[in-house]
Amino acid sequence: MAKFIKENKGELPQMNTSSLPDIVFIILMFFMVCTSMRQNETKVRVRTPQASEIAKLDRKDLATYIYIGTPSQQYQKEYGTDSRIQLNDVICKDNSDLSPIRDFIASEREKISEVDRPFMQVNIKADQDTRMGIITDVKQELRRCSALKIMYGARKGGVQK
Amino acid sequence: MAKKKVPEINGSSMADIAFIALIFFLMVTTMDKEEGIARQLPPIPPEDQKVEDQQVNRRNIIQVKINSNDRLLAGGVPMDVSQLKDKIKEFMTNPNDDPNLPEKEVKEVKGIGPVPVSKGVISLQNDRGTTYQAYITVQNELVKAINELRDDFSMRTFGKKYAKLDEEQQDAVREAVPQRISEAEPKDVKKR
Repeated sequence: MAKFIKENKGELPQMNTSSLPDIVFIILMFFMVCTSMRQNETKVRVRTPQASEIAKLDRKDLATYIYIGTPSQQYQKEYGTDSRIQLNDVICKDNSDLSPIRDFIASEREKISEVDRPFMQVNIKADQDTRMGIITDVKQELRRCSALKIMYGARKGGVQK
Repeated sequence: MAKKKVPEINGSSMADIAFIALIFFLMVTTMDKEEGIARQLPPIPPEDQKVEDQQVNRRNIIQVKINSNDRLLAGGVPMDVSQLKDKIKEFMTNPNDDPNLPEKEVKEVKGIGPVPVSKGVISLQNDRGTTYQAYITVQNELVKAINELRDDFSMRTFGKKYAKLDEEQQDAVREAVPQRISEAEPKDVKKR
């Protein structure tokens, strides 16, 4: 029976932590490789709809983002709970006046080198519960600024019935 | 001479430094992939353009409409989203040469030869009250139908799936099975 008597009385042996920095560095490398820098903070809540036949964005540097959704909690006092359009870091004041989109597209187009300008793509990231009315308005405005290449942001998943 | 001792660097804070860097990256980066359904919008027609020349033969158009309750109407028949894909495939292939389905035009496709190409156009219309999810679901079904037709076609001609073909062959298949989805002019958009 003597075999089973604990030799150190309740004292835990010190864990060897010399490999901890290496482990953390590996996790760090993983995150550096797999993620991309956040473009801008989304002030509207966007849960993109699900689709199965999605394509990847081929040139990230040519993409411009338009977010459409309900403002998140801290902005609801200012903008209400209706669907809003966000360009860069600003939420559009008025849904019926879409002239900011034109300025926005023009300024984004300036940033892209002249060779790539025809390939500029506007990525519409809209919440799945948004009504199409506002999206149609945005699309019409994009047609007016002749930004015709668009992409409907979606995430991979089984299509809901 | 006494042996010079190299002082050892204290590495115990390394873990903390790495943790701080890790947390920094967790905060400022995102993992979400940029994916979606790519589309080309039609250019705004010039003001003086006549409306008549946009008329397409009626049999070559299928109207897909979504109303504000997300109900679907395709070719005049109300249906479920799950049925839409087969409807579109039937419309685009027209297997029995039905006079009510789109006509086919024999076209010389580079690398394949003469192929009957459907003249069918899918016209998508939606209400202002349609939800975005329903709209994307329908768009997705349309793309899926076309993708399956392209897969079928490339299987028949090249014996391979569309995605496995080289670029030239993909172009040929794209020409033989065109994707013509027109998003109708919204009816109630006010003129500026």
